[in-house]
Amino acid sequence: MSLLPYLDVGLALLIVGVAVWIIAARDLFASVVSYVAYGLLLAFVWIRLYAPDVALTEAAVGGGVTGVLLITAGKRLGALKSIAPEAQPGLAFKLLIGVLAALVAGALGAVIMMLPDPPPSLAPEAAAAAAGAGAGLGNPITAVLISYRSFDTMLEKIVLILAVVGVWSVGTDKAWGDTPAPFRRPKPYAPMVFLAQMLAPIGALIGIHIFWVGANAPGGAFQGGALLAAMWMVTMMARLVEPPRVDAQWLRLALVAGPAVFLIAGLAGEVVAGSFFAYPPGLAKPIILVIEAFMLVSITAALPMLVAGPPSERSEQ
Amino acid sequence: MIELLDLFCFAAISAGTFFFFAGTVGLLRFPDSLTRMHALAKADNLGLGLVALGLILRADSALSALKLIVIWALVLLSGASTAQLIGRALRRGRK
Repeated sequence: MSLLPYLDVGLALLIVGVAVWIIAARDLFASVVSYVAYGLLLAFVWIRLYAPDVALTEAAVGGGVTGVLLITAGKRLGALKSIAPEAQPGLAFKLLIGVLAALVAGALGAVIMMLPDPPPSLAPEAAAAAAGAGAGLGNPITAVLISYRSFDTMLEKIVLILAVVGVWSVGTDKAWGDTPAPFRRPKPYAPMVFLAQMLAPIGALIGIHIFWVGANAPGGAFQGGALLAAMWMVTMMARLVEPPRVDAQWLRLALVAGPAVFLIAGLAGEVVAGSFFAYPPGLAKPIILVIEAFMLVSITAALPMLVAGPPSERSEQ
Repeated sequence: MIELLDLFCFAAISAGTFFFFAGTVGLLRFPDSLTRMHALAKADNLGLGLVALGLILRADSALSALKLIVIWALVLLSGASTAQLIGRALRRGRK
């Protein structure tokens, strides 16, 4: 007899409970904190589904980066609220939102209940293609991401850049080209400085390690990049480093490096290997590692810029 | 010898679980944020330390044992620092 099924059911119930609490909590901060807990619990679910790669991403992005993003967004909202009182949505509007959300959830549930057995899946095909034409990588997930569905992976990183452009566009005209003004605290707390000084080197090392082992074991550019980004954010919060100007050349280059190198490799595949995004056999692994390395740089640059927010004139003070 | 090792491992993990349990009870029952944080710190530091100790004995290689120690050290570092930050924010809020 195994206890694991009971733990799984308990985990599922816990997640539903936390999800209800996220919606029910009156306080924005409480909602955000439970959302972070929700992300970490989801990471456990992915572990139980034998998907450690997804679990790592969920823990880093769902639990970490999104949490910081939402907390800073909540702070900015709080600052706005004191200027202009927010208009409460009417009861009819709230009901409409509820009905639509219930429809979406119901439709998703119905689709899952109606799946044929066994469910249709591209996974065997993807794994075969990634193992065959590709990659020579020990980790099939990385092979699928960079080889089988390489175009999608590249476009995902472009979405990340577009998001940064969107955040920067919110800044005023006068502030353009200036530095973002995140986490403003003129003098950081000593424990924060201590934490940043101790944690950042270790965290950076672990981030690079996770990227490097991603070729053969769970991990990869996104998980490693999220960790490196978190370390940059921690050092910015402790004011050990200042956020860069948004018109800094190196920052722009770092942001586009990943997709650019990816696209160049894809175009080169057209010439060398005969089709767009094909890699010459034998060279696949080094090419994929180079692409992943540049993607790591882009992710590390993009995530903190999303959190840091639009450029602000106040930083001149 | 193996039985003795297993017994020690079992004892360490059980003791660690007990500290987590006690910490959770403290989190739920203590009256204010500072005492609740005190209860949590015990669970994190000692509980996780004892669980890690128990798991190290069962680790299949020296490297994974080292990783467990690093995980514990990182939790100690971040737990202690964030407790300081939260405590200071609380004190500032009270004034």
